[in-house]
Amino acid sequence: MNKKQKKVLIRIIIAAALIIILKFLPIEGLLGGWLEFGLYLIPYFVIGYDILLKACKGIKKGQVFDENFLMAVATVGAICLGDYVEGSAVMLFYQIGELFQSYAVGKSRKNISELMDIRPDYANIEGEDGRLEQVDPDEVEIGSIIVVAPGEKVPIDGVIVEGKTSLNTSALTGESVPRTAGENDEVISGCINLDGLIKIKTTKEFGESTVSKILELVENASSRKSKSENFISKFARIYTPAVCIGALALAVIPPVVLLITGSSAEWTVWIMRALTFLVISCPCALVISIPLSFFAGIGGASREGVLIKGSNYLETLSDAKYVVFDKTGTMTQGVFEVKKTVVAPGAKLSEEKLLEYAAHAESYSSHPISKSLKKAYGREIAADRVSEVSEISGHGVTARVDGVEVAAGNAKLMTRMSLESMSSDEIGTIVHLAIDGKYSGYIVISDIVKPTAQQAIAALKKTGIKKSVMLTGDRKKVADSVAAELGIDEVHSELLPADKVSKVEEILASKSEKEKLCFVGDGINDAPVLTRADIGIAMGALGSDAAIEAADVVLMDDDPAKIAKAIRISKKCIRIVYENIYFAIGIKLICLGLGAVGIANMWTAIFADVGVMIIAVLNAIRALKVKNL
Amino acid sequence: MKKSYKIEVDCANCADKMEQAAAKTEGVKSAVVNFMTLKMNVEFEEGADCKAVMQQVLKNCKKVEDDCEIYI
Repeated sequence: MNKKQKKVLIRIIIAAALIIILKFLPIEGLLGGWLEFGLYLIPYFVIGYDILLKACKGIKKGQVFDENFLMAVATVGAICLGDYVEGSAVMLFYQIGELFQSYAVGKSRKNISELMDIRPDYANIEGEDGRLEQVDPDEVEIGSIIVVAPGEKVPIDGVIVEGKTSLNTSALTGESVPRTAGENDEVISGCINLDGLIKIKTTKEFGESTVSKILELVENASSRKSKSENFISKFARIYTPAVCIGALALAVIPPVVLLITGSSAEWTVWIMRALTFLVISCPCALVISIPLSFFAGIGGASREGVLIKGSNYLETLSDAKYVVFDKTGTMTQGVFEVKKTVVAPGAKLSEEKLLEYAAHAESYSSHPISKSLKKAYGREIAADRVSEVSEISGHGVTARVDGVEVAAGNAKLMTRMSLESMSSDEIGTIVHLAIDGKYSGYIVISDIVKPTAQQAIAALKKTGIKKSVMLTGDRKKVADSVAAELGIDEVHSELLPADKVSKVEEILASKSEKEKLCFVGDGINDAPVLTRADIGIAMGALGSDAAIEAADVVLMDDDPAKIAKAIRISKKCIRIVYENIYFAIGIKLICLGLGAVGIANMWTAIFADVGVMIIAVLNAIRALKVKNL
Repeated sequence: MKKSYKIEVDCANCADKMEQAAAKTEGVKSAVVNFMTLKMNVEFEEGADCKAVMQQVLKNCKKVEDDCEIYI
C-alpha cells in the first residue's frame, strides 16, 4: 500500500468506528434531534471531505455526471432526509471500494511487471586492464565485447566469442529446460546465464535487442483496445447520464402524479429512491474490470512465452475456428535428418561405410542435405581423403574418396550413369549412391516432425477448432504423409509463397465473418500471409525481428503445442470479460429495478456499486492464472 | 508523430475521460490512455508543436478530472 492508500485506510477505520459507536449511543431525539445530526456529521466529513471537495470543483467546471458529484448528492440527500447512518455508510463503502480498486490494480500492475522482470540493468564491459566495468546497456555499441557472469542476465543480443554455459530462457519462452550454448552460438538478451562465464560480441544495440522489443510489445499491448473495452467505455458514457435522468424522473414524476390523482405525494419516499439510483449510477465496476482482465490475460500469457500484441488480438484469437499452418519450421523442425540407410543387395559394404562415402562425397557442399549426412556420419571429415569433386547440377555429385569413385545423387544421376537404382516409397529426399561404378544403395533424408506436433493438433481440436489446414511448398507425397501422421484435415502442397496468400484468401472468403482464421508460420518467409490472416501467429520468433513485426501473436519458442495454449488463454480471458460485463450490468439493472419500486434500499445500492466492483476485480485477476491451462 | 507520456490517475473511468479530453484537443490526431500501464500515447497532427499541444491536453484533462497528472 502506498501513502495515499494508507491515509484512506486510516480514515475508513476511524469513520467506521465512529459510526458504530454512534449507533449504540442513546442520542436519538436529544436536543430536538440536532445532537444526533451533528455527531453523525463527524464520521461523514472524516470519510467524505475529499469527495465533497472534488464534487464542488467538478460543479465549477461543469462536470455534472462526475462520480464524486453523484456520491455527494446521494449522501447529502440521505442525510437531509434523516438517514444519517445510510448517508455516512454509503460514503464509507464507496471509499472502501475505491481503496480496494486502487490496491488491486496496483498489485496486478506490480505482479505483471514482476513477471516481465527481464530488463537488464547493466552490461559488463572489460576494460584495458582486465577489470570489469558496469555500464548502461544503452551505451554499448554494436560489436563490443561484453562479459556475462553466472547468475547475470544477458543484456544485449550477440554471439559468444569465449566460454560455454547453459542459459535459462524461461522468462522469455516459459521453457524450463536450460539451453546450452558455446562459442559461435547466438545468444539473445533476457536469458539468464546459469553456470559459465561467457564473453559476447554484441550484434545489436540494446534498443533493438530481443529484450527491449519484448518489453515494448508487452507494455503497449493493452493500448490496442478490444471491442469489449470500447463497448464498455461507450456504455459508461451513456449509462451514467441515463441513470441520473432516471433518478430525477423518479424524484419528480410519481409524486406529481400522486398529487394530481389526489393522494399524498410522499416526496421523501421518492427522493430516497432517486438517491438510491444515484449510488448505482457509478460506472466504475464495469470500466475497471474489463481492461484489468485483458491486462492480466496478456501478462499471464507472456509468462508462458506467448506474446499477444493487443487486447483486440486476444479477443479475435478466442474466436479462432480455422487454423492454417505452414509445414516446414512450424510442424516440422526444418532441419533435415538421415532417416534410413539401405545397402543394395549385391553391394558388399556396411551401412556405416555407405554413409561415410556419402558424407565425404558431399562434404564440399553447404546444402542442408550434405549437412545432415555429415551430422549422421558423426565423425570428422578428412578433407584430404576427397578429391576430384564435381557437381552435376540437378543430379548430384561425383568425387573420389580414398581413391574410389563415388557418385551420390538422385535417380536421374544413376540413370545418367546407366545404372539401375532401387525404387523406394520412402517419404523424403533420397540420395542414391554408386561406388566404383556399381549401384550400392540409398540414404533417405527427411525433415522430422516436431515431437509435440501431433499432440498440438489434437489439443487444437479440443479447443473447438473447425478445421486445420496445412500449406507447404513441399512435394505432395511428403505433405500428405505429414498431414496424415498429424491428423490435419486439409493439405495444399507444392505451393509457391504467393499461392499461400491466395489459399488463405480462399478460406477467408469461404468462412463466416465471426469465425476467425489464424495462420501459424515461422515468420521467415511468410510475412505476407501472417498479415493477411485474421490473426498471424509467428513461432520460434526468438531473435527474429521480422516475425515479431509481422505477427499479431508471437510464440517465443517453436513448440506448436503453444498454439492451443494461446487459444485457451484467450478463451479464458474473454470468458472472464463477458462474465464481468453481464454480471455487473445485470446486477446494476436489477438493483435499479428493485430500487424504483422501493424493494432495494441504499444498502443494496452500495452493494450494486462497491460489491459488484470488488467481485468483478477479483474475477478479472483470475485471468492471470494460465499456467495449468 | 507519436509520443508516449507517463500519467497519474486513480480510476479507470477517469482515464477514459482523460482519453476523450486529450483526443478532442487541437493538434492531437489520436490519443489512447492505458489505465493499466498508466501511459498516454498521443499521435500529433502534422506540424503541431508537441509541447504546446501537451500543455493544452493537460489543461483539458484537468478540466474533466481534477486529480490527474501528465508528466510532460
